[in-house]
Parts: sequence; C-alpha cells; structure tokens
Amino acid sequence: MIRVIVPSQLGVLSDAPREVELDVSAPITANRVVDALESAYPDLKGMLRDPLTRTRRPMIRYFVAEEDVSHLDPDSELPATLADGKEPFWIVAAISGG
Amino acid sequence: MVNPDLLFVAQANDWFGQLVHRSTDGGTTWEQVGNTLNYDGETGTHQWYDGTPHPWEFRRIWHIEPSIHDENVIYAGVEDAAMFKSSDCGASWQELPALRNHSTGNSWQPGAGGLCLHTILQDPRDENRLYIAISAAGAFRTDDGGETWLPINKGLRSDYIPDPDAEVGHCVHNLALHPSNPDRLFMQKHWDVMRSDNAGDEWVEVSGDLPSDFGFPIVVHAHEPETIYVIPILSDAYHYPPEGKLRVYRSRSGGHDWEALTAGLPQENCYVNILRDAMSIDTLPECGIYFGTTGGQVYASTDSGDTWTTIVRDLPKVLSVEVQTLT
Repeated sequence: MIRVIVPSQLGVLSDAPREVELDVSAPITANRVVDALESAYPDLKGMLRDPLTRTRRPMIRYFVAEEDVSHLDPDSELPATLADGKEPFWIVAAISGG
Repeated sequence: MVNPDLLFVAQANDWFGQLVHRSTDGGTTWEQVGNTLNYDGETGTHQWYDGTPHPWEFRRIWHIEPSIHDENVIYAGVEDAAMFKSSDCGASWQELPALRNHSTGNSWQPGAGGLCLHTILQDPRDENRLYIAISAAGAFRTDDGGETWLPINKGLRSDYIPDPDAEVGHCVHNLALHPSNPDRLFMQKHWDVMRSDNAGDEWVEVSGDLPSDFGFPIVVHAHEPETIYVIPILSDAYHYPPEGKLRVYRSRSGGHDWEALTAGLPQENCYVNILRDAMSIDTLPECGIYFGTTGGQVYASTDSGDTWTTIVRDLPKVLSVEVQTLT
C-alpha cells in the first residue's frame, strides 16, 4: 500500500480524505501514484497535472521522506521507503494567502 | 434558459487549474463535471503584448452560456480565446476550432485581462447564429453553429491601435441584444458605446452625452428593446466612475441620449469598478436591474433603474451577477 497525503484544499473540491491508501504496482513513480489517486477519486483529474500534457502543475510539489521529488522524471522510480508504506507520498500545494 | 434548475459555475486558479461545477436542482447541490478543455489540433500562436508570437495556452473559462435552444448544449468562452461546446450538459467539451483558426487569429492580441472570449450571445430565432466577443480581437458572428466565423467590426474605431479601422484588434468589452429584435446589437467597447441594426454588419457610435464612454457591462431592458444601460468608468487607466459618482446611465432611444440614474447610489468618493459580467436584468413587469462592484456591493433597482438599494455588501470583488426570475 502506498500512503498519499492530499493537499487539504482538495478536501473541499473533491471527496478525497487527507490521507489515502492506494495499491500501486511497481515500479512506484510519481505518475503512477497520481494515476492511481485520480482513478480512486476522479474529481481530482486535471487538478494536479495538466490534463493534456500530464505535467505537474507549477504550484504543486511532491515530497517523499522530506525530500522534494517534484523535479525528478515523473516516470522514474521513487525511494523504496515509499513502496513499503513507511513514508507517504506528500502532495503539497504552494502556500497562498500572502 | 431551457431548464431554470440547471446552473453552472466555473472557477479556475493557478493551483488546481480549471474546475466546472453543475447543479441540476437550482443550486441546492453541486457536482463536478468536465474540466478538460483541450484545443482541437495544432494551436499555433497569437500576438503577445509586445507583438511577438506567443503560443496559444488554455488558462481558464471566462464565460459559460447554456443554450436557449437545447438543455444539453452549453457554450464556454475561454482564455486564450477560443469557443468550446458541450453537447452532454457539461460532461465533456469540444472546441469549435474555426474561430481560433480564423485567418486573423495569429494577429489577435490580449487586452489587459488577457486574450479572453468573454461574451456569448444567442439568436432566439436561430440556434446556429451566435455572437461572441474577444478582448482585444473584436466581435465575431457565426451563422452555421460555429463552422465558420465572420469578424463584425465594421464601424468600430479604436484610436489606440495602428489602424483604427482594422478588421480585428478592437477591445470589445461586452455585447447585448433584446430577444424581440435580435438583429439589433449593442456594444460597450474599450472606448465608445456602439449599436448595430444589421446583426453586426455595421456599427454606429451612440455614446452621445455620456460623461465617459469607457466602461464594461451593457444590458437591455427586459420589455423595452430600445432601452439600454451602461455604467461609465473614467478611463482605461482609472477604473472608477467619473467624479467618484456611481451613476448608471439609461438611454430609452437605443443610444445617443442618456440620463443619469443616481437615486440610492453613492454620489461621492466612490472608486469601484463594475466588471463586464457583473450586471443583469430580471423579467418582472417593472424590470429589475442588478450590478455588483469590485468593492463587494450589489445594487438592485426594482423600477427599471429609477431608484437603487444595496442588497448585498462586503463581498469580495464581484465578478459576475446572474439573475433568474422565479415567478
């Protein structure tokens, strides 16, 4: 099981809870995690990635074990601590409000 | 509107992109519907502010317009300027690409708010005739449901562009028509209030004695096809009413002659703007008029504009005011 932390703002815009557990088959990549998240919560489609290019939206970032993995190839394999559920895949929205 | 319980809201932000919500019960409950609006085919470029080519990029929906002919048909005008249509009540969207691919498209340039398609009018007699307006490309008409588009900007004069009488490049702010005479169009342009009596083929200026002919919204009275309303704004650089007096101007003669409507509106120290989609009418016998301001007030008149009251205040900037007559 992969644990995913969803930005709190998306709790208003979708029915996704703050923490989600997902089955994602290996290799675990950012795109595969987000694919699985969108499959479980279709309202999220297009919110984290551009629907046409599938590129991460500029004000969204991904973290694993406190490391920013936003700028890795989204199809590259993520750290093993993610796959065994020890660390969650954090999706973070840029801070807004000033 | 075919179904008064069918409502749409489009919100967009830099975090999560475009969202579209639909209510089928008059706003009691909402559900998310299609939010993927992909341009059809190669997108090419339009002009950027400095005249250089700039790739066409979807940013957001500016205006959603349900069809008055078919409950399942919804139109959306977007930035960068393009027209989309849904034939399944918002579940999915397809571009009407002939507009963006018009031979003048690569010369279109954004206005201050972006290259946005912000106005969609429908001819009640003919579902294939639509009018749209783009800042700062101008007005266009289709007579075949969006297969082809004709620029309808003859008679517009914009002294702020190199060719003041150009076929496109005019910053049209808003269009309006009355359903009983849909060949007569009214326009609030960046500067100038205009009228066309032949479906946009030619325009004449009807600004008359307005204190400023800059502004954003324009609406037509529900029962008097020649009675129109604008809210003058000082200039493109100063987005507030002349002299700080919030005045709606009414013409009962289709333009040229205007009267200021001030009863109940602030007549000193008022420095708000009124955006293009923030003015609407109802269809009650006396015709109610409503508008919202960038200062968060919503003003209403129940007597065709003679007197006004503040019905809401302290909202955020009011972007859109839509009215539904429920009697």
